[in-house]
Amino acid sequence: MDSNKITITINDQQYKVDPGQTVMQAADKCGYRIPRLCYHPKLSIEGACRVCIVQIEGVRNYVASCAYPVADGMKIYTNTKELRRARRDIVELLLDNHPMDCHTCDRDGNCELQRLAYSMGIRQRHFEGERKHYEKDLSSTSVIRDPDKCILCGRCVRMCSEIQGVHCLTQAHRGFNTVVMPAYNLPFAESVCTACGQCINVCPTASFVEKNYTQDLFEKLNDPDLITVAQVAPSVRAAIGEGFGLPPGRNMEGQIAATLRHMGFNYVFDTQFSADLTIMEEASEFLERVQSKGPLPLITSCSSAWMKYMEQFYPDLIENISTAKSPMSMASAMIKTYFAEKIKVDPKKILSVAFMCCTAKKYEAARPELEVRGMRTTDIVITTRELVWMAKSAGIDFVNIKPEKFDEPLGLSSGAGAIFGVTGGVMEAAIRTAYELYTGETLIDIELNDIRGFKGVKEAKVMLDGQELRLAVAHGLGNAHQVLEMVRKDRSRFHFVEVMGCPGGCIGGGGQPYPLVNSIPLDEECLKLRAQALYGLDREKTIRRSHENPDVQRLYREFLGRPLSEKSHELLHTHYKAKLPRGIVSPELKIV
Amino acid sequence: MATTQANDAVAPDEQKLAQLKEFIAQTRQDEHPDSFLIAVLHRAQELYGYLPVPVMDEVAEAMGIPTAHIWGVATFYHYFNLTPPGQHVISICLGTACYVRGAGQILQTLKDELKIDVGQVTEDGLFSLQPARCLGACGLAPVVMIDDKIHGDLTPKKMVQILNQYRKQAKK
Ligand code: SF4
Ligand code: SF4
Ligand code: SF4
Ligand code: FES
Ligand code: FES
Repeated sequence: MDSNKITITINDQQYKVDPGQTVMQAADKCGYRIPRLCYHPKLSIEGACRVCIVQIEGVRNYVASCAYPVADGMKIYTNTKELRRARRDIVELLLDNHPMDCHTCDRDGNCELQRLAYSMGIRQRHFEGERKHYEKDLSSTSVIRDPDKCILCGRCVRMCSEIQGVHCLTQAHRGFNTVVMPAYNLPFAESVCTACGQCINVCPTASFVEKNYTQDLFEKLNDPDLITVAQVAPSVRAAIGEGFGLPPGRNMEGQIAATLRHMGFNYVFDTQFSADLTIMEEASEFLERVQSKGPLPLITSCSSAWMKYMEQFYPDLIENISTAKSPMSMASAMIKTYFAEKIKVDPKKILSVAFMCCTAKKYEAARPELEVRGMRTTDIVITTRELVWMAKSAGIDFVNIKPEKFDEPLGLSSGAGAIFGVTGGVMEAAIRTAYELYTGETLIDIELNDIRGFKGVKEAKVMLDGQELRLAVAHGLGNAHQVLEMVRKDRSRFHFVEVMGCPGGCIGGGGQPYPLVNSIPLDEECLKLRAQALYGLDREKTIRRSHENPDVQRLYREFLGRPLSEKSHELLHTHYKAKLPRGIVSPELKIV
Repeated sequence: MATTQANDAVAPDEQKLAQLKEFIAQTRQDEHPDSFLIAVLHRAQELYGYLPVPVMDEVAEAMGIPTAHIWGVATFYHYFNLTPPGQHVISICLGTACYVRGAGQILQTLKDELKIDVGQVTEDGLFSLQPARCLGACGLAPVVMIDDKIHGDLTPKKMVQILNQYRKQAKK
C-alpha cells in the first residue's frame, strides 16, 4: 500500500493519512469536523480564534488544529471534556462582546456564530459588562459594515487582499478597540472598495451584509401606476435553490419566472437575452479592433466590480476596455426604450428591476454614465440572497411552484448567453460569434475547453482566418492583477482578455446564497456544480450562438439597425474614467 | 465609541516630503524594503509631528504598500500620532525609575487637568500628551519633558503649577 502515509490516532482510533497537512485537514478526511471560525481553505491561516483547538499527547498546551501539522505517531484528541469546556469558553467570550440581536438580524438562521454557539451547547447568556458600539457604515451603494457584529476573525480582510487584491480593509487599532475598516476609517463609498461583496460571502456573521432594497421593491410592486419589469441573471438560476435547502447546481429559471409573477411583476425578462446582445456588440467591437489595429487587447467590461477596480487600480488600461455595457445595463436600456415604445408607455412609468448574483451591480445601476436619454435604466438591483428572502417572506412555495417561461421580446436566449455566468464564458461566447461573423463559416467545435475550469488564469489560442489570436481569462481580482501586469508589460501579448471580478465568475458573486450547513463559502465543489448547471443549459439549447438568437435579430432589424450602429452606440455603449482614491497594486499576491 | 477619523487633508510641506522620499529611497536598497514601513512612519512623524493622511498616501505610493495596511500599522502602535500635535508636546516618562517614584500619579494628574488621554490633544490645541520610555534623567524621577525641556522631581501639585505657567504664557 501507500508507503509514504503516516499513522495518527484521533480519539484512540488509528488512521493512515498523508503527511504535509494540518491536523484539521487530516481530521476532516477521517470524518471529524473540528469546530472552526477564522480558518478558510482559500485564505492564509490566521490562527486567531482558537475555536479549533485540540489536545495532542505530549504537547502541554492546546494547539490550534488549523495551523498545526500532523506527524507520524501523533495522538490527537478532539472532544475531551476539558477541550469542550475550553472551546465553549472561547465562544462565550466572543458572545460577551456581541449584541443579542439574533431574531432581528440579517443572518438569523444563516449565521456561523449562531451555529457555533448552538453546537457548543451555549444556552444562556450571563454577561452584562461593557460591549463595543460603533456606527454602521451605510455610505456604500452595495456593502454595509456593522462593526458591532464583528468577531475579528479576519476572513474579510484576507479575502479582500489575498483573493481580490483590493486591500480595502484592515484591522485597525488593537485589543478591545480593534475594528475592521478601510484606510483612514473612510466611509466605504470613498474607499477603494469595488463593491464585489466577497467580504459578505466569507463573513461568518452579519458584520458585512449587502445594502438591502427588498422593502423598497415590495412597496413599489404595490404601486398600480408602475409597470414592473424584471430581468434575471444567468447565475441566479444556478444558485438560488441552495437558499431553499436544495443541493447546488439545479437550474431554477422556471421557478424564478413563476415566483416573480406571483410577486406581482408585469413582465419577466432574461438577462441571458441581453448577454447575447452584449456578445453581438462586443464581438463586433473586437473584430473592428483586430482589423483596424485598434487598441488591443480588448478587455471585457461586463463585471461591475472589475470596472470599479479598473478605474482605481488600472486607469492606464481604459482605452483597452470594451465600451459595450454589461448585459444588465443593456437589458435595462432596451426595457426603457425599445420595449417602452413597443408597449406604448412612458418609460418613466417603468420600474426596471434586476435580479443579480452580484452586489457590485447595485453600484453599476447607480452610475451616471450608464443613463440613457437622461434616465436611470436599472432602478433596483436585488441579489440572489435578497430574492430568496423575498420569496419566503411573500409566502411563495419556490421549490414546488410550477415553472414558467420568460416573456418576449427580451426573454429568449442562446446557450452562449447562459455561460456568461461562468469564468471563461464571455470569451467563449464572443469567440463563437466573432469567428462566424468574420469567416462566414460555422465553428464546429464550439466548446473552448482551455478557458473552462477554475484555474486562476487561463490562456488559449484560436486561429481566425490564418491569424493566431491569443486569449486570456482571469477570475477574482487578484488573478486579474496577474494578467493585467502582463498586459502592462507587453500590450501585444494578448488580443482579448476576459476579467470577472469574482472567484469562479458570476456564479461565485457577492450576492449568492450563504453556504449550507457544514459547507464553506466559495467551496469549489459548489462552484463547479453551479457552473455545470449553466453549461448544461447551453448544451440543451438548439441555438448556441448569440447571433442566431431570433429575438436579437429582430431587435436589430426593428430598432438598432446593426451592431455598433449609431443607435447602438447611444444606448448600448459607454466610457469609463479614472477614479480616486487611487488603488495600490501590491506585488505579493498569491495565485489561486 | 469613537474611532480615529482620517485627519484633515492639507497638502504636505514639500521640503519635508522630499526628505521623507529620500529616506524611503534609501530603504529601497534593502532586500526587504517593506520591513522598513515602521521606520518610515517614524521618520514621517519626526518631520511632521504626526502622520497626516496625504503623507501616508505618499508613503503608500512610494513603497507600494496599500493604504489600508499602513493605516493598520499606524493605528496599532500608540507612538504614532494621527492628529496634529498640540502647541506644546508633553512626554511623560513611564520608565521604571519614574514609575516607582509616582509617574502613575503624575499621569493621572495630567489626564484630569488636560481632560485628554495619552495620544490626544487638548481642546484648545495647547497641549498634547504622549508616553515616553526612560528619558535619561532617572535621577530627577518622576520626569516629564515639555517640548525640549525636562521637568523633574514632580509632584501632582508641581505638575499643575508647570501647566499653569505654560497657559499663562500662551495668553500673553
Ligand atoms: S450575527 Fe449571528 S449571532 Fe450575531 S446577532 Fe446576527 S444572527 Fe445572531
Ligand atoms: S466588497 Fe470586495 S472590495 Fe469591497 S471590502 Fe468587500 S471584499 Fe473588499
Ligand atoms: S467583518 Fe466578518 S469576516 Fe470580517 S473580521 Fe469581522 S466577523 Fe470576520
Ligand atoms: S480556526 Fe483555527 S484558530 Fe481559528
Ligand atoms: S525612567 Fe524616567 S527618566 Fe529614566
